[in-house]
Amino acid sequence: MTGAGGQSWRTQKRVFATIATGPILWLLLFFIIPLAVLWAYSFGRNVGLTEIEISGTFANYAKAIEPLYLQIFGKSIAVAGLTTFICLIVGFPVALAITFATPKWKPWLLLGIMLPFWTNLLIRTYALMAVLRTEGYANQSLGWLWQLSSNARVVLGLQPLDAFEPLHLLYNNFAVVLGLVYVHLPFMVLPLYAALDRLDRSLIEASLDLGAGHFRTLLTIVAPLAAPGIISGVVITFVPALGAYLTPDLLGGTDSQMIANVIERQFKRANDWPFGSALSFMLMYATFIMIAWQAQRERKLMRTGIGPDVGARA
Amino acid sequence: MMRRLRPAIAPLDYTRRWSMRLWVGLVMFFLYAPLVALMVFSFNDSRRNIVWRGFTTKYYDKVMHNDMLMEALGNSLTIAFFTTIISLVLGGLAAVMLWRFRFPWKAAVEGAMALPIVVPEICFGVAMLIFFAQIGWPTDMPWPFSLGAITIAHVTFCFPFVAMVVRSRLASFNREEEEAAKDLGASEWQAFRDVLLPHMKPGLIAGALLAFTMSLDDFVITFFTSGPNTITFPVKVYSMVRFSVTPEVNAASTLLIVLTVIMTSVALYFQNRMVQSGKGPA
Repeated sequence: MTGAGGQSWRTQKRVFATIATGPILWLLLFFIIPLAVLWAYSFGRNVGLTEIEISGTFANYAKAIEPLYLQIFGKSIAVAGLTTFICLIVGFPVALAITFATPKWKPWLLLGIMLPFWTNLLIRTYALMAVLRTEGYANQSLGWLWQLSSNARVVLGLQPLDAFEPLHLLYNNFAVVLGLVYVHLPFMVLPLYAALDRLDRSLIEASLDLGAGHFRTLLTIVAPLAAPGIISGVVITFVPALGAYLTPDLLGGTDSQMIANVIERQFKRANDWPFGSALSFMLMYATFIMIAWQAQRERKLMRTGIGPDVGARA
Repeated sequence: MMRRLRPAIAPLDYTRRWSMRLWVGLVMFFLYAPLVALMVFSFNDSRRNIVWRGFTTKYYDKVMHNDMLMEALGNSLTIAFFTTIISLVLGGLAAVMLWRFRFPWKAAVEGAMALPIVVPEICFGVAMLIFFAQIGWPTDMPWPFSLGAITIAHVTFCFPFVAMVVRSRLASFNREEEEAAKDLGASEWQAFRDVLLPHMKPGLIAGALLAFTMSLDDFVITFFTSGPNTITFPVKVYSMVRFSVTPEVNAASTLLIVLTVIMTSVALYFQNRMVQSGKGPA
């Protein structure tokens, strides 16, 4: 990323200033400063209804690690982790299929994965609501199958089945995980594909020739070589899933609140901005830890020689 | 098992295995079936929207005559338009800056530029909410200016993406071309306008479409920066979705899907052309 080349800014100070002022000033004014204000608020306390005093207190962070909120944090991490795991299991074969697809099919499969990713998040979540609700398409299909098997039983001379009871698929943890997988699957497939595409295929062929089965080859040859892609896929999926607001809000029930929903409540209904700021920063620290972990793993992989460069076809 | 029946499948022909095909097919079904159902049922002539009762476009008519929704759409398009213009300028400049110059704190600036991409949306959304409250951003300005706060927030998370796309385009630029132009007497500005800018163009177009789509689609950040008079399309749809699943929402969603699919296809087309022309001899 960091191009070592390029000319020194000193050689053309005026040109550099013209180019650099806009972006840097904007970033400072409308990104760094708002985050700094948010950070300062996390050390504040409410005095009066709308006034907040930055008193340097750690009370908000103390409140954030109370069992109630720690539990929500834990639950968010568990839900995001489960989502990431399912995305990996579901997405890996898809990435593999795209990698080994014929040149004619490859761009279409890639487009097929990318197109939903470009569709509005809200609309995709809404589409799932229509599928999962009590009278939704999932329950209708199940009811139809139920009726069919009931009829089949009658034909066979057995007792017909009881009337179909629609399943409660919406407003629970199941719906949240399903929704998160639905939304984040492309995040997993694309980096996996990028890593698998660079693999040296002769290594896989060698493994198969030497008698290893497909599954063993996958575990011992493909997975380690694609490790950077797997790690970045895991991080790219886990981070937005952890901070997801819309999916748990629309698909979840009262007990499927995630951390982003708690933050939102502090800023809207509960009106406790300092506490909400502290929670936001806890979420941000968690995000940064994940990203730092990824960067460190990647460096380590490069050092040990299983980096993407080794897998690349010459 | 399949190999015994059709020995023609090579060991690496994963795509020709029926199990792989089934898996990919199921995943595609999982990804597309809900969206297709949503679009199909927007033409369904039934309020309850469960069983197919015949084709109608009356819900599109209703959407078109829903003033609040149309106003929200107008707001969204206006915000997306200004966001795209500003992001394009800032992102283009940032890309040239990072590509061309070495300067102190470069790594820090690069890192800060990547931050809006990785910071959770909810955190940035509430940061903007506090920021605008703190500086006392006026909320009673006349329209287009009333959309300023949302536009500022959108530019902040859009322009780093534009910078990323444009910078990857710049990587294929041959600096000697610019030097040649300057040797032949072009000024800094002329060399930029006539040599560098034409090379950046596909990247700028792809970046612009990216910014437009992202701005049009954003819900979470807008949710925290919009006031009662500055509702955007996703925020309006959200308030409709909260209550129930209705054919109007299906119709409105279908319109937005069609709009984004068109935008994305155009963006992908330009990106593709960019990649292909980047492969040519430098």
